[in-house]
Amino acid sequence: MDVVILSRLQFAITTLFHFMFVPLTLGLSILVAWMETRYVRTGDELYLRMTRFWGKLFLVNFALGIVTGITLEFQFGMNWAEYSRYVGDIFGAPLAIEATAAFFLESVFIGLWIFGWGKVSKKVHCFAMWMVVLGSNMSALWILLANGWMQNPVGYVLRNNRAEMVDFAALLTNPYGLIKFFHTIISSHLLAAFFVMGVSAWHLLRKSQPEFFRRSFRMAAPFALVAACLVMFSGDMQASVVARYQPTKFAALESTWETQRGAPMNLIVWPDAANERNAVQALPIPKMLSYLAHKNLNSEVKGLKEFPVDERPPVLPVFLSFRAMVGMGIFFVLAGIAAVIFSRRGRIDRQRWFLRLMFFAIPLPYLANQLGWIAAEVGRQPWIVYGLMKTSAGVSSNLAAGQVIGSLVGFTLLYGGLGVLDFYLLTKIAAKGPEKTGIKEQEA
Amino acid sequence: MTLQVMWFALWGLLWALYFMLDGFTLGAGMLHNYIARDESQRQQVIRTFGPVWDGNEVWLITAGGATFAAFPTTYALMFSYLYAPLLILLFGLIVRGVSFEFRGLNRGLAWKRCWDRAILFSSLVVTLLFGVAFGNIFQGLPMDASGYHGSLLALLNPYGLLTGLLFIMLFLQHGALYLAVKTRGALQERARSTTRTLWPFMLAVAVAFLAFTAPATALYDNFKSVPSLWVVPLMAALELIAVRLLAGQGKWLRAFAASCAAIVLVVATGIVGLFPDLIPSSLDPAYSLSLSNSSSSPYTLGIMTVVVAIFVPIVIAYKIWIYRVFRGPVSDAAEEGIGGNY
Repeated sequence: MDVVILSRLQFAITTLFHFMFVPLTLGLSILVAWMETRYVRTGDELYLRMTRFWGKLFLVNFALGIVTGITLEFQFGMNWAEYSRYVGDIFGAPLAIEATAAFFLESVFIGLWIFGWGKVSKKVHCFAMWMVVLGSNMSALWILLANGWMQNPVGYVLRNNRAEMVDFAALLTNPYGLIKFFHTIISSHLLAAFFVMGVSAWHLLRKSQPEFFRRSFRMAAPFALVAACLVMFSGDMQASVVARYQPTKFAALESTWETQRGAPMNLIVWPDAANERNAVQALPIPKMLSYLAHKNLNSEVKGLKEFPVDERPPVLPVFLSFRAMVGMGIFFVLAGIAAVIFSRRGRIDRQRWFLRLMFFAIPLPYLANQLGWIAAEVGRQPWIVYGLMKTSAGVSSNLAAGQVIGSLVGFTLLYGGLGVLDFYLLTKIAAKGPEKTGIKEQEA
Repeated sequence: MTLQVMWFALWGLLWALYFMLDGFTLGAGMLHNYIARDESQRQQVIRTFGPVWDGNEVWLITAGGATFAAFPTTYALMFSYLYAPLLILLFGLIVRGVSFEFRGLNRGLAWKRCWDRAILFSSLVVTLLFGVAFGNIFQGLPMDASGYHGSLLALLNPYGLLTGLLFIMLFLQHGALYLAVKTRGALQERARSTTRTLWPFMLAVAVAFLAFTAPATALYDNFKSVPSLWVVPLMAALELIAVRLLAGQGKWLRAFAASCAAIVLVVATGIVGLFPDLIPSSLDPAYSLSLSNSSSSPYTLGIMTVVVAIFVPIVIAYKIWIYRVFRGPVSDAAEEGIGGNY
C-alpha cells in the first residue's frame, strides 16, 4: 500500500468518524435551544426537563465532535503537505476564519450553558444555546466553503508556484460551497429530528413518561418534515451545480457512459466500469437526467467516455452511495409526513408499528449523511482540487508508508474505543430517560 | 513586508495566548490527582476550569489555522515533518477532552478513577510534547533541499527534553496558582503549599533553560544585535520571581497574573529569538522557513488582517464576560451543571 492510498484511507476514516457527531450537534442544538425558548416563554416545567434531557445527550455527542475536529485541521499539514503548501494561500483562510469567527463562539458559550444554570438569568442561559447554534452552523459554513473550493476552485491565480487568492468574494459566493452548505446543514437538522423522534418512539412504546416523549416527538416531527423536503430540494439544486462544474462526478453519480441529449434516467442500473457500460440498465424515465442536470429536457449530459480514463472517479462506490442516499431521502419525506399527521392528531401512541419504524430509522440519516460524503469526495477523485491538482500530487513527500500505517492503526484503535464508549453512554442516557421530578433551579 | 512582520508577531502571540490559557488547565490536570483527595474535591478541581477549557483550546485551533492561512509552507512542513510527535499530541488532546466529559457520566468510582488517570497522563503528554516541539523548533529542524532528516527519537535530545521539562514546570506552577485562586478550604491550602514547593524547582529549570539556550540555539543572536530586546527575557525572569513574592504576601490573584505574564514572555523570548524565521534549518540557513519565504500573498494577509481585526476583539469581549460570570472560587456544594457534574 502506498502513502497516497493510506493517507486517503486515514482521512476518510477520521472525517467520517468526525461526521458521526457533527450533524447531531448542528441539529440538536436548534431543538434544545427551541425547547429552552419555550420554557423561558411559558415557564412550563416540562420544557425545562426536555431541555435538560436532550441537552445531556447533546453534550455527550458534542464533546466527541469537538475533539475529533482537531484531527482534521492537523491532518492537512501532516499527510497532505504538498496540497497545503500549494493551496494554503487560499484554502487556509476559511479554516482560520472558522476558528476565529465561529468555533470560539460555540466553544465559549457551551461552557456557559453547561455550568451557567443558576448563575445567569433564564434568558441569558437560553441565549447561550442560541449562540452555540449560531457558532456551530457558521462553523459548517466556513468548512464547506473550504470544501467547496476543492470541488470548484474559484478566486485564485497560479503564481509563485502555487494557487494564490485574488478574489475573496468569489470564495464566499462559490455556488458549489453555498449549495453544499445548505444541503449539509439541512440534512444534519433532519438527522437530529429523526434522532429525537426515534428515542421518543422507544420510550412511548414502553409507556415511560408518555407526556414528555409525546411532546418531544410532536416538536421534532414538523422540523423533520420541513428538513426532509429541503434536503430533497437542496439535493436537486446541488445535482445541477455538480452537473455544471463537475461533469465527471455527475456522470459517475448516475453511471452514465455516453454523452446524450435528452438523456433518460434509468431506475435500475448496475455499472460495469471495466467495459465502460452498464451491466444492467432498465426502467428509463425519458429525458429525466437532462432535466435533473440542467433543468432542460433536451440538454446534453456528458458521459464518462467523454473523459480520459485517468480523470474518472471510481464509478461503483459513487453510484451506489448516491442511489442509497436518494432512496433514503424519499423515505425521510414520507416518514416526516406520517410523523406530522400522527402526532398532530394526538394519537401517536396508538401507531405502534410506526413508533417501531421510527426507532429503527434512527441510523438511517446517519448512513445517508456518510454516504453523501462518500459520493461527494470519492466522486471528486482523482482530483484533490477538481481540475487543478491530482490527489496523488498532494500527499506529504517525506512520509513513509510505515508511519501512516502506524497512525492509521492508532486512529482506528482510539476512535474505535471512543465510538464504543460514546454509543454506550448515549444509549444508557437515552434509555434511562429524563429526571422524573422537576428540578428546583437556583435563579441568580 | 510589514504585513508579514505583523503576522509573524500575531503567530507568536496566538501561541503565547494558547499556552497562557490552556496552561492552567493542563497544569491543573497534571495536579488534580495529587491535590484533590476525594471525589468531591476532584469534581471541584474540574469545575474550576470546566466552563472555560474548551474555549481556551480554540486558541490552539486558531494558532494552527493562522499558521495555515498566513504561513502555508511553514504549516505544511512543520506538521508533516513532526508527524509522529504531533500525532501523539493529538491523541493526548483528544483523550483529555473526552475525559473531562466522560468521567461524570457514570457513577462507579472505578470509572471515575480511570478517567482521572487519563486526565493526568494526557495533560502530561500534551505539555511535554509541546515543550519538546518548541525546543526543537528553537534549535532548528534538520531540513534541506531533500526534505527532513530527523526522527522521533532525535527530537528527544537534551535541549528538547529540557524545554519539555520547562513547559511542565511552568504549567504546574500556573495550574497550582489557578487552583489557589479558584478553590476554597483544604483544597486551596494544598494548592497554595504546592506552589511554594514547586517554585524553586521551576526557577531552577527556567535558569537552566535560559543558560542552555545560548549553546544549543541561535535565539540570542537577535538580542545581541538589538540589546534593548533583552528586556523581554528580563521581564520574563522578573515575573517568575514576582510569582513567589506575591504568593508570599497572599496576593494569589496577582501571583496568577504574574504567572500568565511569565508564560507569555517566555514564549515571546523564543519568538523574538526566532525572528525572522518561523522554523530555522539546523543544516543550512538557506532552507530555514522565514516570514519572507513561507508566507501567504499580501492579498491573503490583508483579508486575514481584516478578519482578525473584526473578530478577535469580539472574541476577547465575550470571553472576558464569561470569566466574569464564573469569577470567584467554585463552591463545593453538589453541583448545578448538566453534564453529570462533568
